[in-house]
Amino acid sequence: MVIKYLIEKEFRQLKRNPFLPKLILIFPVMILLVFPWAADFEMKNINLHVVDNDHSPYSARLISKISSTGYFRLVGETPQYSKALHDMESDRADVILEIPQNFEKNLVSSGSARAMITANTVNGTKGGMSSYYLMGILNDYAAEIRSELAGPVVVTLAPQAEIVSQFRYNPYLNYKVFMVPALMVMVITMLCGFLPGLNIVMEKEAGTMEQINVTPVSRFTFILGKLLPFWLIGFVVITLCFGVAWLVYGLYPQGNFGTIYFFAAIYILVVSGFGLIISNYSETMQQAMFVIFFFMLIFIILSGLFTPINSMPQWAQFITHFNPLKYFMQVMRMVYLKGSGIAEMKTQLFALLGFAVVFNTWAVMSYRKRV
Amino acid sequence: MKVITAENLTKKFGSFTAVDHISFEVEQGEIFGFLGANGAGKTTAMRMLCGLSKPTSGKGMVAGFEISKNPEKIKANIGYMSQKFSMYEDLKVWENIRLFAGIYGVPDKEISHRTDELLKNLQFEGQKDALVKSLPLGWKQKLAFSVAIVHEPKIVFLDEPTGGVDPAARRQFWELIYQAADRGITVFVTTHYMDEAEYCNRVSIMVDGRIDALNSPQNLKQQYDAANMDEVFHRLARGAKRNSD
Repeated sequence: MVIKYLIEKEFRQLKRNPFLPKLILIFPVMILLVFPWAADFEMKNINLHVVDNDHSPYSARLISKISSTGYFRLVGETPQYSKALHDMESDRADVILEIPQNFEKNLVSSGSARAMITANTVNGTKGGMSSYYLMGILNDYAAEIRSELAGPVVVTLAPQAEIVSQFRYNPYLNYKVFMVPALMVMVITMLCGFLPGLNIVMEKEAGTMEQINVTPVSRFTFILGKLLPFWLIGFVVITLCFGVAWLVYGLYPQGNFGTIYFFAAIYILVVSGFGLIISNYSETMQQAMFVIFFFMLIFIILSGLFTPINSMPQWAQFITHFNPLKYFMQVMRMVYLKGSGIAEMKTQLFALLGFAVVFNTWAVMSYRKRV
Repeated sequence: MKVITAENLTKKFGSFTAVDHISFEVEQGEIFGFLGANGAGKTTAMRMLCGLSKPTSGKGMVAGFEISKNPEKIKANIGYMSQKFSMYEDLKVWENIRLFAGIYGVPDKEISHRTDELLKNLQFEGQKDALVKSLPLGWKQKLAFSVAIVHEPKIVFLDEPTGGVDPAARRQFWELIYQAADRGITVFVTTHYMDEAEYCNRVSIMVDGRIDALNSPQNLKQQYDAANMDEVFHRLARGAKRNSD
């Protein structure tokens, strides 16, 4: 069996490489340790500047209520709106809350008072979320005051409907639970896509490729000899990811590990095959690097890792059908959060199988032993 | 028995004709020198014979197989050593031997035996566990040649195998070539060194993609009234139109 010698050779080379074995171990750990904290859309530490024109016990109570929530950080308190605005212009404040004169007086006498929120919406999501948070706190505060002033017995005549939300699968709306499984997909994609991609080009540059081309090794055997080692490495990497997710974030799949390994086995073939295609068409490392990087960026951005695919424009949603990352990311999130099994993920299964067959056939066909 | 025959073999790259209707035959066990200036088309011709490059037109038989139709069959029957030294630098000596022996279908049990034999013949026993990149160039070339014939091919193709080493190392290398020829392996070798041309049974000299002379070194010297192969080469190469690269 010729394949045995080829695989032996790949592992020997990998073992002697001063850099790659370390990369394979450190890269997944670093991504999983750093990314979930950095790529978190939950708003914290919003810089709040308060313009208090009232200086009353009620306004003071409002301010302390806001700062006690933990979402806001009081960075300034001035009586002048223009000063606060200047703070925002120099990026020291994200939100300004202006409490007008007679805030307390109006509140006590008529039961309603006005306040103004100014939010910096350069980053639309952040600005919107922070004013939304602040409004929530204000409403809460108003309700508190109203009930205090009205006394213990309140009879409301208007009918009221109370809405109770039940959050399924991720009850605490923890963003990390959502991100970590998807980040594992990114790690696998980067390692199992880049490494085989650069591997063949490296042989072309070293001249060993020509030596192999003049041997009777078949194209299929050669490509298989390149795929299998990275397939095994992929399993090591994903197992490492499971470990980090459990130890650091206390995350483990609701579903079966076997389901993930099953899908991973197909997915690694998909990305490795993709890397091999690129390297068959590239003559130099730089060329292969840039091309792979180009596709990686598109794959990641259109995968639903950060932004939901449903909120993308139609044309972008169409492109995501051809993105293998999307399917495996869905699988990971479904197994980790919902505990889905293979039966619920038939679409993803067939899509990934399709990619694996097409990419690897292409990789074999595009490898030319003769020019 | 003829192991290589070429009939009007031609390779064009666009409008440029790298190899222009060459015809020749090589006998089994012969050491056949393939000479020519840089850019004369030696390497291209050799790549066609090895099944690495598709001929534009013409026919060629190597080891009994047609080069356009059965390149993979040819590859199983030849050895090849290119001018760009191409063993795996990050593998040990014995690992390289094992890899190529395995690829060419030498049975697993026999590989270690052949490895020892090969290293003994080269007096390399002490270097079995050395990484190839740590060896001096002359040693690498001898090792690469031995690896190229580890599967006892019918023919071995050598593309400028002795570039960049001193005369003593070149002489040692040629001793290996003679040993292989004695065992019946046909040697097809390109070279720049005219003293090496003298070692060949027959030489062909390529000028501008054509074979302008083909004979034994002795006959060529007589034919061109020259004292050595160097003079023969210069007389022929003077007519070249292509710039050497």
